[in-house]
Amino acid sequence: MDSLKKNELQITACKVRIGIIEGTYNAKSGHPGGSLGLADTLTYLYMSHLNVNPDEPDNAERDRVVLSKGHNAPALYAALAQRRFFPEEELQTLRKIGSRLQGHPVMGKTPGVDFSTGSLGQGISAACGMALAGKLSDSVYKVYTILGDGEIQEGQVWEAAMFASHYKLDNLVALVDNNGLQIDGNISDVMSPYPIDEKFKAFGWNVICIDGHDFEQIEKAFKSPVVADKPTVIIQKSVKGKGVSFMENQASWHGAAPNREQYDIAMAELQAQLSMLQEQGGEQK
Amino acid sequence: MSEVVRKATRDGYGEGLIELCKIRPDLVVLDADLAAATKTGMFAKAHPESFFNCGIQEGNMMGVAAGLASTGRLVFASSFAMFAAGRAFEIIRNSIAYPSLNVKIGATHAGISVGEDGASHQCNEDIALMRVIPNMTIINPADSVEAKAAVLAMSEHDGPAYLRFGRLPVPVFNGDDYEFRLGKGIQLKDGEDVTIIATGLMVAEAIEAHAELAEQGISARIVNIHTIKPIDRETIIKAAKETGRIVTVEEHSVIGGLGDAVGGVLCEEHPVPLKKIGVEDVFGYSGPAVDLLKEFGLCSANIVKVVREFVGK
Repeated sequence: MDSLKKNELQITACKVRIGIIEGTYNAKSGHPGGSLGLADTLTYLYMSHLNVNPDEPDNAERDRVVLSKGHNAPALYAALAQRRFFPEEELQTLRKIGSRLQGHPVMGKTPGVDFSTGSLGQGISAACGMALAGKLSDSVYKVYTILGDGEIQEGQVWEAAMFASHYKLDNLVALVDNNGLQIDGNISDVMSPYPIDEKFKAFGWNVICIDGHDFEQIEKAFKSPVVADKPTVIIQKSVKGKGVSFMENQASWHGAAPNREQYDIAMAELQAQLSMLQEQGGEQK
Repeated sequence: MSEVVRKATRDGYGEGLIELCKIRPDLVVLDADLAAATKTGMFAKAHPESFFNCGIQEGNMMGVAAGLASTGRLVFASSFAMFAAGRAFEIIRNSIAYPSLNVKIGATHAGISVGEDGASHQCNEDIALMRVIPNMTIINPADSVEAKAAVLAMSEHDGPAYLRFGRLPVPVFNGDDYEFRLGKGIQLKDGEDVTIIATGLMVAEAIEAHAELAEQGISARIVNIHTIKPIDRETIIKAAKETGRIVTVEEHSVIGGLGDAVGGVLCEEHPVPLKKIGVEDVFGYSGPAVDLLKEFGLCSANIVKVVREFVGK
């Protein structure tokens, strides 16, 4: 990845983070922590990787994204807005009556949302169904599903993992967002899902481990060649709350919105990061 | 009188799927390791390329069905009623019904007539569970002809549906000319003193009760409600107005099923006395299906008894 592209992605990711803070602040609720941690990967997917077109959000041959950890909707919406599926200003309507941006993603309501999620452990099953449909119709689209590391405590995830492997769904890529935290604390204290990589290997998956905030590693992982007949899982180490100093690595920011004071600090930090990145970009050009 | 032909509604289901594939080649059928029992095995044999066994994982199966349907396919997902409506309830609610996807749940082995397997497998709660889910259509066919026709009718129906089938061979009373009309009750016998509204395998029992009641001077109207949701309000209100008393009969809990659906319509539109025959608020137990149906009052003899007391003749 050249430095210009990396800088552009970093700038967009910063805008996605601003969208997450704007949305959850205005809604006075929502899930900023995990959303901030997902911002880089979602930015990469929507700005550089996915075969999607905002003008044809329902195109049958499009790549699909199922946000199995549906509570990170603020990140998905902010990324979709950056990809121009809908105006950025709409992020301010998050969770409000009449809004297309529901607290958790709803297909058919929001352009670019491919499946309704929110109840953990279910999105990966739907992604399996989409991938199977792709195989049945000889389509070339790929299906991406994003899971939390706490989410994989759900038994249904492993039912789906077995299914994907059994039916050789090599057009399916799961991303496990390993930020190490869930609502009640550290995942290893609440109910350890470790070793995540060994579990997926045992289920017959192709496993790739990356740093979820390093665009070069993210790109390399998503561009890595398909292993025939095997679904792929990308396990990314990430920082919950990434980009907002007081939210980083704090389980308490899983599902709490910033108040006015916190919003101001968060926005100041993100605006400073954005200016710095834009300055760097200017130098490169 | 000619010999009564008996056939389970699950057989009509299996036959219907094979027919359906001719008009809907996009059909995909899923099962959770019960293909031989649910009769999706018949379809699997005829169309192996469109059948996928999910193993013993009903929750994932419902999610996979939803994902398949999200790409435009017609999908049937099958298991026993207990594990479909029961175990996978929340996945049906959130992954299928909320996005209103075109998934049809083929739930067999419903009710007490599962028989010897006992209460763990006798699902008397599925209609109640499915009724409260928005977007859900519920069909409970009375015989194998109606079952097959209902499956075929799904080619024209868009959205989630729950189709309830039984294990026990029951009388086939519908003819080859039978036409399934979603949401429309069928008046099988006219009567003036009372209307017996039945569903599923209880319809044949109600028809038998009609004859016995006639001998005793009671004129009972018989209505088959195969579509429990959306329910045929018009036919229910008409029966209330014209016969003044309603008896509902279902192989399901008296809580939350046909009886409560009918009761709700009556209370709102035209209150008349109502008696509900069904499984009282209890679990079942092991035994031959026919004997169990009698034990739980799900037979023509009990319908006659209840109706006689109700009508006061």
